[in-house]
Amino acid sequence: MDFALNDEQRLLQHSVERLFADRYPFDARKRYTQEPGGWSREVWRQYAELGLLGLPFAEQHGGIGGGAVETMIVMEQIGRALALEPYLATVVLAGGLLQLGGDKKLQAEILPKIAGGALTVGFAHTERQARYDLAEVVATARRDGAGFVLDGAKSLVLQGDSAKKFIVSARLSGQHNDQVGLGLFVVDAGAAGVTIRGYGTVDGQRAAEIQLSGVRVEAGAAIGEPGNAYPLIERVADQAMAALCAEAVGAMAAMQETTVDYMKTRKQFGLTIGSFQALQHRAAEMVVALEQARSMAMLATMMAATDDARERRQAISAAKVQIGRSGRSIGQAAIQIHGGIGMTMEAKVGHYFKRVTMIDTMFGDADYHLGLIAAGGGLISAA
Amino acid sequence: MDLRFTPEETAFRDEVRLFMKEKLPATIRTKLIEGHRLGKDDLVTWQRILNARGWAVPHWPKEWGGTGWSAVQMYLFRDEMQQAPAPEPLPFGTNMLGPVLIAFGNEAQKKRFLPRIANLDDWWCQGFSEPGAGSDLASLKTSAKRANGHYIVNGQKTWTTLAQFADWIFCLVRTDSAAKKQEGISFLLIDMKSPGITVRPIQTIDGGHEVNEVFFDDVKVPAENLVGEENKGWNYAKFLLGNERTGIARVGASKARIRRLKELAALEQAGGKPLIADERFRAKIAAAEVELKALEMTELRVVAARARSNKPDPASSILKIKGSEIQQLITELLLEVVGPYALPDQTPHNESDRWNEPPVGPEWAGPLAPQYFNYRKTTIYGGSNEIQKNIICKAILGL
Repeated sequence: MDFALNDEQRLLQHSVERLFADRYPFDARKRYTQEPGGWSREVWRQYAELGLLGLPFAEQHGGIGGGAVETMIVMEQIGRALALEPYLATVVLAGGLLQLGGDKKLQAEILPKIAGGALTVGFAHTERQARYDLAEVVATARRDGAGFVLDGAKSLVLQGDSAKKFIVSARLSGQHNDQVGLGLFVVDAGAAGVTIRGYGTVDGQRAAEIQLSGVRVEAGAAIGEPGNAYPLIERVADQAMAALCAEAVGAMAAMQETTVDYMKTRKQFGLTIGSFQALQHRAAEMVVALEQARSMAMLATMMAATDDARERRQAISAAKVQIGRSGRSIGQAAIQIHGGIGMTMEAKVGHYFKRVTMIDTMFGDADYHLGLIAAGGGLISAA
Repeated sequence: MDLRFTPEETAFRDEVRLFMKEKLPATIRTKLIEGHRLGKDDLVTWQRILNARGWAVPHWPKEWGGTGWSAVQMYLFRDEMQQAPAPEPLPFGTNMLGPVLIAFGNEAQKKRFLPRIANLDDWWCQGFSEPGAGSDLASLKTSAKRANGHYIVNGQKTWTTLAQFADWIFCLVRTDSAAKKQEGISFLLIDMKSPGITVRPIQTIDGGHEVNEVFFDDVKVPAENLVGEENKGWNYAKFLLGNERTGIARVGASKARIRRLKELAALEQAGGKPLIADERFRAKIAAAEVELKALEMTELRVVAARARSNKPDPASSILKIKGSEIQQLITELLLEVVGPYALPDQTPHNESDRWNEPPVGPEWAGPLAPQYFNYRKTTIYGGSNEIQKNIICKAILGL
């Protein structure tokens, strides 16, 4: 049992910290939001130079064969920096689907381009009626000769308006929420029949609604066996949730530290507000909530690669519950302790608050995951 | 980062689990599961079983009966003991006084007291709190005046847990009333049979008798019963209170209580189906389980950090706060499980008053409301949770 990083991991952490310290002061972030797609190509190139974009991939695909701990390290720093680049969408989600489910040809075609920084990919999965159910897909994939024709509408595709390719989930058979019958297909953003409507999200990032009308793909565009994609979707969603938990911990830690710094400088009644016990106790509660969240993000990281799906899902759900709850209480306390200044767009703290609020709504909020845990009989087996 | 225990640690866990299974008397285990109070005999019996195995005081140095276990082994041992569920050794001797004597006592004191603590031959209680000195412990007033090789002790201690069974009490007493309040305090060992000591029970809101007032009226204490140096007692007390917080998360005990909760929720009917099938109630249990899982991971982080460096960790305040809140939450849920049958008062109100009549309502209901009331203590004792928040602010945040 060990919660420490090894030497190589500490080195990685240090270099990611430096990257964001150099390239992500808060005013720079504001500029990046105005660039096409809402993120910085220049910084993305530096992610690539540091090897971050191929982190989880095999060496033959330009990667360095990292695992969930390495992803956690990067995501935590992304959370601290409030970085806007499509790391989760491209590397963790799309990269994860291809790495775990793609055939050799697809992997060789796409993963090196992701690792090199030349290609970003969106995961077009969520649909309007799905809420948080990963199996709820009504977009269809119809066999057509050797290939497939895709129809349907996808929602909230993260950084979808800047992606050059999508991985699209679609149903080959079964009812709207059957786990059996799903397929995953690589689709070019410019393919005939693809319509993309991009928009900003409340956390300063971007997403897109994707319409697919008679989009033709070849047989080779399928990831894994068409009809049996659900376990892969679930597995990669679990990895993404572990990654999001780490990102949220980075954001929560930054909020907690910023708030304490503010308490040490802001004066009222001739005293720093950090000397007031009412505020001190709220700050202490932020520490408790942060450490509980950090513990569960670590658990999620260490369980993300577990093959036992039930054990893995229970741990990830528990982490998502804790992250959602801690994020909400830390974020609300951070704004409250900052007072009026915390309400302004100029202060960074509010942007962290918005990001952790959005992370809660991704892949199921705290209540949703609590329901999953309860329905599964809970975390502790009865006597 | 790796969540797994080593094969040796797993084997150790199995060994402890088997020991608990084989050696823990069924009557004691049943009392703990059902939520009944343990008697003095239960604690003495269990302590001597542990001592016979060499596990009575595992955290002490080997020469005084310790085991030399690693921080992880200590964690596993405690976790298995709590999950069994077995009683935890009476803390006053093993966790509080023992380490103080080992660190600051003289050889005669160590030889005289330590083996008797390990075997629970001497039942110790803790004389720290006073009516005017609770969270602000250093303002204590009980005085000890030195005269002719003795101290003469006058004053009052309160909240003295299980003093009704005690053979000895370790006390903080004021030996210099002119000094700054932390600097005039000494650490004194007092025989409870000494003339001038009166123990008066305090009945708590659960109807139980766990705590007492202890009065000292010209009590004569041999000077050899002073621990360490005169007027240095506050340092020893701080050392002791630092030790008090280890193991305070009580994750294993809370796991055992959640198992009981689920067991009872499966037996109780609500709307024609077991309560455990009620989605809202199940979600409440799941919420407690998530909090507990997070606490377990936090405790493991503290244990792993301790395995690397032996310094006391302010993170133990986090363990105290969450551990106590979760214990209270589980007693709330246990209270809710039996619904209206939490209402009948079915506790014996003193030791001789055993409840011999058939229970009103389900046989498991009786102890649940008293336990809920009793567990309000967990956020008050061991440094109240508000004091823990002050510690976090000072030691972690620098506020």
